[in-house]
Amino acid sequence: MATTTTKTEPLIGKRIKRREDPRLITGTATYVDDIQMPGMHHAAIVRSPHAAAKILGINVKPALDLPGVVAVFTGEDTKDVGPVPCGASLPGLRVPHHYILARDRVYFVGHPVAVVVATDRYIARDAADLVEVDYEPLPAVADPEKALAPGAPAVHPEWPDNVAFTYHQEGGDPDKAFAEADVVVKQRIVSQRLIPSAMETRGVVADWRPGDKALTVYDSTQIPHLLRTLLAGALGIPENRVRVVAPEVGGGFGSKLNVYAEDILMGFVAMRIGKPVKWIESRRENFMCTIHGRGHVDYYEIAAKRDGTVLGMKLKLIQDLGAYHQLLTPAIPTLSVLMMPGLYRFKNIKADIVGVFTNCVPTDAYRGAGRPEATHGVERMMDILAAELNMDPAEIRLRNFPEPEEFPFATATGLTYDSGDYAAPLKKALEIIDYPRLRAEQRLARDAGRLMGIGISTYGEICAFGPSPATPAGGWESATVKIEPSGKVTVMTGASPHGQGEETTFAQIAADELGVSIDDVLVLHGDTSVVQYGIGTFGSRATAVGGTAVYFALQELKEKIKRFGAMLLESDDVSVTNGQCICNRTGNAKTLAEIAGASYRAMKLPPNTQPGLVSTYFWEPPNFAFPFGAHIVVTEVDRETGDITIKRYVAVDDCGRIINPLLVAGQVHGGVVQGIGQALCEQAVYDENGQLITGEFTDYAAPRASRVPWIETDHTVTPSPVNPLGVKGVGEAGTIGASPAVVNSVVDALKPLGVRHIDMPMTPEKIWRIINKGTNA
Amino acid sequence: MKQTINLTINGKSYSHEVEPRLLLIHYLREVVGLTGAHIGCETSICGACTVEVDGKAVKSCTMFAVQADGSKIVTVEGLAANGSYHPVQQAFWDEHGAQCGFCTPGMIMTVKQILERNPSPTEQEIREGLEGNICRCTGYQHIVNAVKAAAAKMGA
Repeated sequence: MATTTTKTEPLIGKRIKRREDPRLITGTATYVDDIQMPGMHHAAIVRSPHAAAKILGINVKPALDLPGVVAVFTGEDTKDVGPVPCGASLPGLRVPHHYILARDRVYFVGHPVAVVVATDRYIARDAADLVEVDYEPLPAVADPEKALAPGAPAVHPEWPDNVAFTYHQEGGDPDKAFAEADVVVKQRIVSQRLIPSAMETRGVVADWRPGDKALTVYDSTQIPHLLRTLLAGALGIPENRVRVVAPEVGGGFGSKLNVYAEDILMGFVAMRIGKPVKWIESRRENFMCTIHGRGHVDYYEIAAKRDGTVLGMKLKLIQDLGAYHQLLTPAIPTLSVLMMPGLYRFKNIKADIVGVFTNCVPTDAYRGAGRPEATHGVERMMDILAAELNMDPAEIRLRNFPEPEEFPFATATGLTYDSGDYAAPLKKALEIIDYPRLRAEQRLARDAGRLMGIGISTYGEICAFGPSPATPAGGWESATVKIEPSGKVTVMTGASPHGQGEETTFAQIAADELGVSIDDVLVLHGDTSVVQYGIGTFGSRATAVGGTAVYFALQELKEKIKRFGAMLLESDDVSVTNGQCICNRTGNAKTLAEIAGASYRAMKLPPNTQPGLVSTYFWEPPNFAFPFGAHIVVTEVDRETGDITIKRYVAVDDCGRIINPLLVAGQVHGGVVQGIGQALCEQAVYDENGQLITGEFTDYAAPRASRVPWIETDHTVTPSPVNPLGVKGVGEAGTIGASPAVVNSVVDALKPLGVRHIDMPMTPEKIWRIINKGTNA
Repeated sequence: MKQTINLTINGKSYSHEVEPRLLLIHYLREVVGLTGAHIGCETSICGACTVEVDGKAVKSCTMFAVQADGSKIVTVEGLAANGSYHPVQQAFWDEHGAQCGFCTPGMIMTVKQILERNPSPTEQEIREGLEGNICRCTGYQHIVNAVKAAAAKMGA
């Protein structure tokens, strides 16, 4: 029966339970590794154990001789496939040719050298160990500063200085600002390499249909459409014969915003063996071969007046790129430069980036992607300046924010901050935590010999990526909204969520605009055969850009509904409300189902109107959106062990208008804990030979439930003028705000010992050494 | 070479010939077709593969299928009964305990055991009970809320 339930209560702003959860809580969702196909083969990859080596020879025969093995491919077989694409361009960028399998040389531990294909997962794994590779190990370099030193091993022999690019940006008159300053503070700040560690590793199932010359790839990706375009190019298949499906995706955090050698390789294998093939990344491979994040060594200087007014900032940024450029690798540190003024009135800036090759897996976008590094830097520097001037860290921040009436606010780095009241979340957080009382408590604690710290960060971020001229692949997002003949509503979004909950939030938007029950709305995504072209989910963009595309598609659709409604109701004054089209004069109404039925049956059409009720909208954002907020962290450091306990964590975020507070809280919690992870325990460690020491969860310290605090969340709401929903984005906010707040808190705790700065991660061992030697880390 | 195993999974009897080295998680996922439990780390650290073996939460990525011969296994697929979710499943839904959902089946099986052992845990006891399960999305707070909500419901 054609029915659509009407409703009157708006859903935007409500705590709506997620539509996607029933399949997740019952274990019936389909992730890549859950896909089985008749005749499906399994692939295992032979990887380099060396960070740098020449390949003198490969003997695949022992592997091929194992019963069940159907093929082994090496770099010689795949030399005409690919390369692995880099989508970022910078003037003078050196781009090494990135073969999908190594040819005569390997450049990092885990570098793919050969692929073994077998009828069974276990046999493929056995056979991978039987491939004999003759290596001549070479000197390697894993540290970006060492890689820049004269005489360092060359990662790529054609570029002996290991410099992939340099980048300079200047705004205002930084030299004048520094010359006129009362005070200049300097600090070297490290944002260590991190491993994104989505709980689902990467995985690919590739299925080649020789009769159709068509390839279907199921891939754990954040960007199915971009992957399709780039896969088609790398494999030499017409794009319209490639279908990419992102099934249930078990987290990404930027690590699946990429095109990897294995994505292309599985397409190649499927085409060569004529059977479906599955490759599931092991956790060890995930840590070795999926991109890492961060990897900065930053040298900051800020200039200020005696009263704490900031004048200028200089930054020398050394970015550890790893051995290759993945999709966005060289672009990530340029985001740090854009964000370097933070929320403050730095009118004069100068930044120099050096992108450095190392014999490590490439770095690329990881939750925040350049912005956490920048925020960590500016927020540490504001505290260092406050300490230098003997000012309160809250006071120095309040002194340097632009006023609400100064928006849109032009930064020295060329951005235009959309809207903001930057003091508001800080004031709210100070009130929640009762700052004066807390400082009094701290004085008593210090008198009693306890190491208690209070840390503040006031962060901003560039979100809602973004205006197309400022993005590598187009920054718009698309949506199709379709009213089915029965009146049910289907939304197809080019955003490709993987845990964020857009099946719920986009349904809220559609239900409100049409006035139907959320149960009548279904949101589809992630399949390039189902969804019109799209960009994907990353950079806190899905709701701000993808949700806005849904909104505009709905506006167009409502106009069409009104044309049919006007015809059926014989009225020229109609509106769409409560799942009906109503004549505003008579009150007569036609349900959405009646209108949809008439539009598809098409016995009669309104003038200049096509049958059907479908609208597609590609929305191009005129600007980024800029969320902001304030985090305050109270810590206590154990003098005996160096262990840090987070006693309180208050996060006041302003992400514009909130569609679903339950989901926003989830994003903030998760983001904050990833930031706490960076501050306290996470670090990708390579030894001097380029061996990854933190190669498993046994050695890489991802935060556990017992080690993270209760997070008290609150909000201020400053709608963004950039989009009609007024939303700004919240996916990365927690991560960006957290690490400086935690470090500032611990530095504050150790202030009585003369500590001025600590680099992350602040492990108990590091803190114990600082306490016992009284030196800075 | 192959060995016969007989076991009960979610109340149904199964008999299969398996290789001695077949991991229980691969047996459940690929032989029996129960793909709810996931492989997250292969080293017993992350808990995504947690299932119940003879009443105890076990990480099935580091147990052989032959070791489960004769046992009773419950997986996340076996929790819902008579058309309604297990209170722990319901609480994960109500409290937004899942984001990407990959850790969720293992989390739910662990939480079931936490509450069987301690029907009214404190927040710290909940967090310690979750120590063997990694979630990268939620920051654990909504999972803690879900455990509290399930405890309240199951105790009621």
